[in-house]
Amino acid sequence: MRDIYKGNLVRLSAINAEEAGKAFARWHRDSEFKRLIDSGVLQMPSAKFAQTWLEKELEEASVNQHWFSIRKLDDDRLLGDIDLYVYNWSARDAFVGLGIGEREFWGKGYGTDVMRVILRYAFTEVNLHRVTLTVFEYNPRAIRSYEKAGFRHEGRMRGALNKEGRRWDVLVMGILREEWME
Amino acid sequence: MFDIQTQLFEGRDIRFGPIDYEKDPQIESKWTHDSDFMRLYGIDPARPMSPAMVKKKYEKLEKEIEESKNIFYFTIRAREDDRLIGKAVVSRIEWSNGNGWIELGIGSADDRRKGYGTQALQLLLRFAFVELNLYRVTARVQEYNEAAIALLKKFGFTEEVRRRQALERDSRRWDLLVFGLLKDEWAKQAQA
Repeated sequence: MRDIYKGNLVRLSAINAEEAGKAFARWHRDSEFKRLIDSGVLQMPSAKFAQTWLEKELEEASVNQHWFSIRKLDDDRLLGDIDLYVYNWSARDAFVGLGIGEREFWGKGYGTDVMRVILRYAFTEVNLHRVTLTVFEYNPRAIRSYEKAGFRHEGRMRGALNKEGRRWDVLVMGILREEWME
Repeated sequence: MFDIQTQLFEGRDIRFGPIDYEKDPQIESKWTHDSDFMRLYGIDPARPMSPAMVKKKYEKLEKEIEESKNIFYFTIRAREDDRLIGKAVVSRIEWSNGNGWIELGIGSADDRRKGYGTQALQLLLRFAFVELNLYRVTARVQEYNEAAIALLKKFGFTEEVRRRQALERDSRRWDLLVFGLLKDEWAKQAQA
């Protein structure tokens, strides 16, 4: 059997709350990063707060949540995190969200690679029927990456974001198991 | 049109009110024993609840309302005798974006097709747009819930998202739809 945690550029690993807490605090100082992954108002958590929060979240994480650190395959560097959340077990539908906090690795295929790994995990380990994600209109790089990973556009919530004094859509994308198999 | 004397919580046959811990658990427990209601209202596996479980749910809900500050929950009551008919909710409000999700349920089959849903949605939308000052409201509905879809369309909602095969019921797949209504669109049809 193959190593389902590994892609071509990255691998999934367990989250170490102390290490990730420090990284989260640093990544959150980058407002562009934060606005790409989160629709809410920006906050700047301390490393201590982020660590405590992660510890609590990880402890409470149920069988519905598959949440990993993303590490670079060659030197093990922490790049970000990815979360596959089973939203509806009876329909086997999950939401996925990912963030590459280290911006020098943006636009180089790391996000697409980790998405391919998590989709393989979703469809061959968790045995889901479909995976859903939301992405913001002002994040064309992510939209292209998700299209490359096989997601299809399923619609857009008009003007659901208010950033920089104007309205932007929230896009919804999905991939079915049968589409992924092809 | 929207003067200060406009009562936000009064409709023709119904009104919005708070939870009644004495009487409501019994009634809502009965709704949950009607699998049709459960399958029209929610997407989780239907399961009946005892009055005690419903009461616990109310307590949890009111605590969440207090802490999160982004949920508004109303019971729908008959004007004639204040009996519980349903519920109307705005939740998951993102204040900085002016977006909120709405839910509406008429509990008993005897109370459906009487225009109560229409009156409740009218109140809920007015509350969302002129009291909460939202920019848009969002509603999730199952492909098979034709009555809900017809009601949303009547109020000018647009089908924005179709999450393909996101539900499985009675051994077949159904889409999960998301409808949206912007304040401008609402104001136009409210004046018409």
